[in-house]
Parts: sequence; C-alpha cells; structure tokens
Amino acid sequence: MTEDRDDANRPGLARPVSTGLLAGVLFALGAAPSAAQMGGNTYTYVAFDELELATAPEERPIVFDGEAWYGGDFNRLWLKAAGDVGTAEGEREAELAFQALYSRAVTAFWNLQAGVRVDHLTEDGGATRPSLAFGVEGLARYWFEVEAFAFVGEDGDVTGTLEASYDMLLTQRLVLEPEVELSVASEAIPEFGLGSGFTEGELGFRLRYEVQREFAPYIGWSWERAFGDTADLVRARGEDPTEGTFVVGLRWWY
Amino acid sequence: MPLVPTAAMTSRIDRRDFLRASAAFGTLSGLDALRPSWASASQGLAGGHAPDVLHGSGRELDLVIDRTRVDVDGRGARAVTINGTMPGPMLRYREGDELVINVDNRLDEDTSIHWHGIILPNDQDGVPGVTFDGIGARSRFTYRFPLEQNGTYWYHSHSGFQEQLGMYAPLIIDPAEPTLEYDREHVILLADWTFEDPYRIMARLKKHPDYYNNRRRTLFDFFRDAADDGLGAAVRDRLAWGEMRMMPSDIADITGTTYTYVMNGMGPVGNWTGLFEPGERVRLRFINASAATHFDVRIPGLPMTVVQADGLYVKPVETDEFRIAIAETYDVIAEPRENEAYTVFAEAMDRSGFARGTLAVREGLEAEIPQRRAPFLLTMADMGHGSHGDHEGMDMEGTDDADEDHAGMDHSAMDHSAMDHSATDHSAMDHAAMDHAGMLRAPGTIPPDVTHGRDEHGAANAGVAMVATSRIDEPGNGLGKDGWRVLTYADLEALEPRPNFRAPDREIELHLTGNMERYTWGFDGVSHADAEPIPLALGERIRLTLINDTMMAHPIHLHGMWMELENGKGELCPRVHTVDVKPAEHVSVLFDADVPGRWAFHCHVMYHMHEGMFRVFEVSEPTVVEGEGS
Repeated sequence: MTEDRDDANRPGLARPVSTGLLAGVLFALGAAPSAAQMGGNTYTYVAFDELELATAPEERPIVFDGEAWYGGDFNRLWLKAAGDVGTAEGEREAELAFQALYSRAVTAFWNLQAGVRVDHLTEDGGATRPSLAFGVEGLARYWFEVEAFAFVGEDGDVTGTLEASYDMLLTQRLVLEPEVELSVASEAIPEFGLGSGFTEGELGFRLRYEVQREFAPYIGWSWERAFGDTADLVRARGEDPTEGTFVVGLRWWY
Repeated sequence: MPLVPTAAMTSRIDRRDFLRASAAFGTLSGLDALRPSWASASQGLAGGHAPDVLHGSGRELDLVIDRTRVDVDGRGARAVTINGTMPGPMLRYREGDELVINVDNRLDEDTSIHWHGIILPNDQDGVPGVTFDGIGARSRFTYRFPLEQNGTYWYHSHSGFQEQLGMYAPLIIDPAEPTLEYDREHVILLADWTFEDPYRIMARLKKHPDYYNNRRRTLFDFFRDAADDGLGAAVRDRLAWGEMRMMPSDIADITGTTYTYVMNGMGPVGNWTGLFEPGERVRLRFINASAATHFDVRIPGLPMTVVQADGLYVKPVETDEFRIAIAETYDVIAEPRENEAYTVFAEAMDRSGFARGTLAVREGLEAEIPQRRAPFLLTMADMGHGSHGDHEGMDMEGTDDADEDHAGMDHSAMDHSAMDHSATDHSAMDHAAMDHAGMLRAPGTIPPDVTHGRDEHGAANAGVAMVATSRIDEPGNGLGKDGWRVLTYADLEALEPRPNFRAPDREIELHLTGNMERYTWGFDGVSHADAEPIPLALGERIRLTLINDTMMAHPIHLHGMWMELENGKGELCPRVHTVDVKPAEHVSVLFDADVPGRWAFHCHVMYHMHEGMFRVFEVSEPTVVEGEGS
C-alpha cells in the first residue's frame, strides 16, 4: 500500500520538476527570437580550434582542442576539451583534459575564468587528476590572443600554462597562426610524466584557408620540447624530449 | 501562399511591369512583380493613384504583414512584407488627416509598425516592450492618430529583425497648403538586403565581430604601406592600431559580402528607373531604410538642391553629394535637361557595394555607372586622438590604462556638459530651483571640444574619445575630397526661426559606447537591458549631449519629439528625428519633453540596437514631493 501511494505521488512530483527543467532549458536557449530584445541577449558558441592528424607521436595521432561557451555580454559558461587520442585497437591511448569554467568579463579585452579541470591519461594503467582552474583569457595589445591558467590539484600541487597566438593575415582567407604554449609544475606529478619546474614548451604554425570564416582546413607544423626533470622522465621512457610533427586538420566554429 | 497571389495582390501586378522586370533580368520568373508599383518605373506624377499608393485621407487603410517570396536581382528570397511587397505600399496623407490603419499580422511571430519621425501619442508609437505589447502572431491592431506635420517619412517594423527582412515603406504627408513647386516626384528608398538570416548575422558578429570585414589588413598591405610611407611609419601605424586592438577598416559591421544594396527593392542589376521630361523640376524623396548601411548619394551630371531633411523644410542648398545615414530622409529637387538618362548612385559608406537606379526620359535607358571609390581607413581623429592628418606623436593609450598622462590637456576648458556623466544624477535635483540656463552655453551653438575623463564605461566599452570634437561641418569620413560639393549638417538651416527658442532647462550627457571585440553596444557602457528609463519632466527643455566614444558612426533616433540639431544656426537650427554621430564626435541637440510617455531613443543600426544601444526617456508630469520648495 505504501508503495502504491508512493507511485501515485511520483507523477505529481515529477511533473513540476520536469516542466521546470524544460522551461529552464527553453528559456536558456532563448526560445523567443522575435521578441524585442535590445540587449541582454545570450548566445552559444562551439568551436574546434584544432581538429587534426599529427605525424607524431605515432601512438596518438588524433589531436583536438575545442571550446564552447554560452551566455551574455559579461557572464558566460565555458567548456573546454583538449586531447591526443590513439587509433590503435584494443587499449586505446589517450591524454585528455576537460574544463568547465565560469567566465566574467572584467575589462574591455579580458575575462577572468574559474572552474574545474580533469586531466586523464589512459597509459600505464591510467591516471586522473582533478584540479581547480583559475585564469585569465583575452586579447592582449597588438592582437595576441592570450590565456594564462593555474590548476591546483587535490594535494596542493600546482600546474600552470601560458598560451599565446596571433592571426597573421596573408590574404582575407589565408591566415598563418603562430602559437606558443609553455607549461610549469610546482612539483613532480609522476603519473602524468611531469617533473617540477618548466615542463613543456610548444611552438606551432598553422596555415589555414577560410573557405568560410566558420570552416577552415589547415596544414601546419608543431614542435614540442620537454624541459628539465620532465625531459629526463621522457628520456627514461626511451623517448626523445624534442619532437616535431606535421599536422593537417580543420578549424570549425558555429 | 507565396506564388499564389491573392486578388488584392494580382490587382497590383501590372502586366507591363511584369514584362519589363522580367526582361531586365533575362528571366521570366515574374517574382520581381511583387514590388509595389510606386517603386516600379513609376511615372512619378504627384498625386498619382497607383494601386499600391494607399491614400488614407478620410478612410481606413488595411495593412497585411506576411512572409512573401520576393526577388532581388534574380535571386529568390523570403521577405517580411507589407501587403505582399518589398518595400511596402506608400502611404499618402494630407497634413491634418487622421491616420487609421488596421494591421493584420499573419506571421507566426509578433510584429509592430513604428511611424518614423511622426509626432504622435505615445501608445501609437509602435515599440514593443516600450509603448505597447506588440501585435501578436495572427492578430490585429488598429493605429489611430492625427497627422499634424507634413513631409517625407517612413514606417517600419520595430520587432526582431523584420525591418532587415524588408518590412519598411514610405509615408508621405502632403502639406495642407502646397509650399514647394515641382512637376514630378519619385520616392527613392534605399536599403540593404541579405539572403542570410539576420539572427545568424547577429550571432556571427557576436562571436567573430570582424566576420563581414573583408578589408582586414594583411601582411601584403603592410609591405605596401612600408613601400609607400616608409617602414618606420608602417610599423608605427600597426603598433598604434594594435595597441588599441581596433581595425582602421572597420567602417561598417556588415558589408557587401552579404548585402545586396537595393533602391526601391531593386538591386543594381534590376536598375530602378524613374521617368522625367527634360526641364521638369523633379522632387526626389530619399529614404534610407537600411538596417546597417549609410549611403553616399549622388547623380553624376546633375546637381541636387536639398529642400527637406528628415521631413522638414530647410533653406534650399545645392550640392553634388550627400551622406544619408540610416533612418534619415532627404528631399532634393533636380532639374535634368541635358541628358536622357542619369544614374542615381548610392554608394555604401564602406564602399563594399552600391545601389543604383536611373532617372530617364523613358524606360530601358541607362547612364554610365561610376566607379566605386577606394575605401577609406579610419584615422586617429576618429578615435578622438587629435585632428585629421596628424597621425604621429599621439598618445594612444588603450582602455586598460588610466588616462592620466595626457599632457597638454586643459581641464579648465571643459564644458559643463562633461561633468554631468549620468542622466540619473539629475533626477534627484530640484530643477526649478536651479538656474541651469545660466550655466549652459547658448542654445543653437556648436558644442566645444571635450576631454574625456577616466574611462569608466566598463568591459562593454573599448577605448574612449580622449578629445571629442564637433564634426558638424564635416561631410563624413571618406567624403569631401572628390572635387565636388558634399552636404554637411552645418549646411542645414530651418526656413523659419523656432518659436519659443530658448535655452535648455538642463543637460543630459550620454556617451555612445561599444566594444567591437565583444560586439557590445550601449550608452555610457550600459545596455538597455541593464538600464532604467531616464526620467524627464513634462515641459522640460533638454539639451542632449552625445559623445561618441566609438570608432563608428551611429545614427541616433529619438521617438516622439523633434531634436533641434545645434549646428551653429541658433534659432534656425534644423529639427531632425535622427542624428548621425560621427566617430569621436561631440554633438548636441535640444528637445522639448512635451509629449508624455515612454519614448525610445536608440542607434538605428539594427544590430547595435539589438545589443542594447537603446534607452527610454520617460516623460511624465512632475510629481510634487512633500516638502519640496520649502
């Protein structure tokens, strides 16, 4: 009898909840475009800045780096995903990073961002590192896209990244994008192959052709180097701490 | 629905028009016929009774809003139409008439009609969310108000992006007593048509604001500049713009990469033609119904005498070219006699395209189409960094930095206006008790240079005009150097002195702000969504000081009340419904808050308005607060 009563009650509870969720989703998606808005609008952006095949490392040739945001002029929710994925059958190798961030526009060109990040590595039995993310993202003088982040792990271990890129227009459609990235770690994180201090640097050049502004195939070359203790760990695995790779890929956004 | 014309529509399709339009495109689609006859090679006789010129004197008119398949330069599209045509039917009234119009909204979304430039009761102004709730999907609404003015006006949707999709048309009010002699007239309505969804355009601008800028500067532009001006100058120029993170080629947010520029609904191929007989005085009523395009208009070989601006008479001034900002109207008299055909050339301000038509003695003629001029680049003057041509040695601090090291600025020279940074400051004041008039400069005079204080407009604004100057006597960027005359606002002078022309009771200063990187637009860095209405007391006389902190021209429109443009003509200042504020310009207008209600005030670039460059002035009877005046 008790169960019956519970069942009878369930729709009564579920309906307002599901209706509320649906209404919330519809509201969030801005379901009434014909209304006079005049500010306060929200937009959704999805982009793969990199979606490419690389010649190295051979075991993980698929590389992606994407982001999405939803929100208004000042407050946005950002999602980021990046990784290297293997194609081998069986135990698929992958190094992945996901972030969910709240982004707040603080000055004309800069956003403060904070949220959570999860790094995951499938190799060697696998490893996962959750961390809190804090950073700035924006457009520096002279048109450099810059982001600087610190990630604080559960044990107080801190890693950081600094990225900068620049769009050099050769024509209105042909764009050369140099990009640099530098990573540091406050202490060794052996399960991710990181020593303390500067860990890795990356320098890339991607030449894209914007068939449409949203859709641009590219070719490029990327050069990665591990530093210090991190380089030693790479060498210990019998690999070269310096690695260059050709890439071919697609940049896409909507 | 689209290809099955209703009886009403069929009556509007003249067979001759059908054949002519079809022949012009080399097609027999016949879709071009869905254009109002006033816009199709009309005879243009004053008082002519073409079927879709709707004469409203003494009778009610019906307007049907729907989506209709139209044709622009041979390509089909779905427009939001009034009575099945794009543009909609011309409404023709006589001064003193009562306008009674039943609007039948057959769309699946809300619509509205705003009567641009008309002085009317607030609840008839047609701004959803401000003056009424809008006209709901599949419902009706009746507008009813007296027309107490005459001239060339227009009407358009104030809902969503319907105006971008073709929902606009002329509204012509003949004077009670004819005052201007002419033999023939044509309405020339300019617009920018896109085959894309305007919401998609909007979203693209929000995500990549330079999406439609096809003149971003390339590496090869740099080499060219280095060869022309020297490497040092080219590097300094790139550093200066890079420091501000702005693009000197950002003239129009949306360009000919998506727009087809249309004249009376016809693209350059379609070639709208207006007829004349040699020796006639032809009145041309220019209306810019664009969503985002300023046009530079000229008729090579034919001088134009400007007789009306924004629907009101001005002292006739002869010119060869004028820039017509979005939402403005200009009436000109031309007297063609030498040639059989003249090109009416309306070049988009950013030079990415043009609309054109022909004035001809008979249909089928064409005159030479001029070359488009080279696009111009913005200069540091447009950033408020100094005078034209003086590029070097400027202090070009970006917005992230305190503006404290501007040597040579004379803060004591600041106008009082520069102190009043927010309109709301005033609401708390006792206006009656203060002799504001004594503090403010004489009415009708040109505003002085103002130095911007520290930029406090927030993240929605990028950079400020450090020194905003009057540019009222400039024809506009990229104009005035072609060896012919170009109209400026300083040329406009009312026919009669304003009665009761007096000093303003108080001054409200609004900064036009925006951030092209974020595609945020507003006043004082605030979007309409985050702003309160600005309260005005009924009967107050306001000086509205507009300072453009952005690098773009903004056509600013005030609903319901005429703005007296302070162009130095004193009591002969022209009255306008739309004032185009140039980059880094300081411009001021006077207006009497003499009609109660909530009046919209906004940038008429639709995409700027949509992102919040919009305010409401709320005019109400002053409330007597207890204790006041004691």
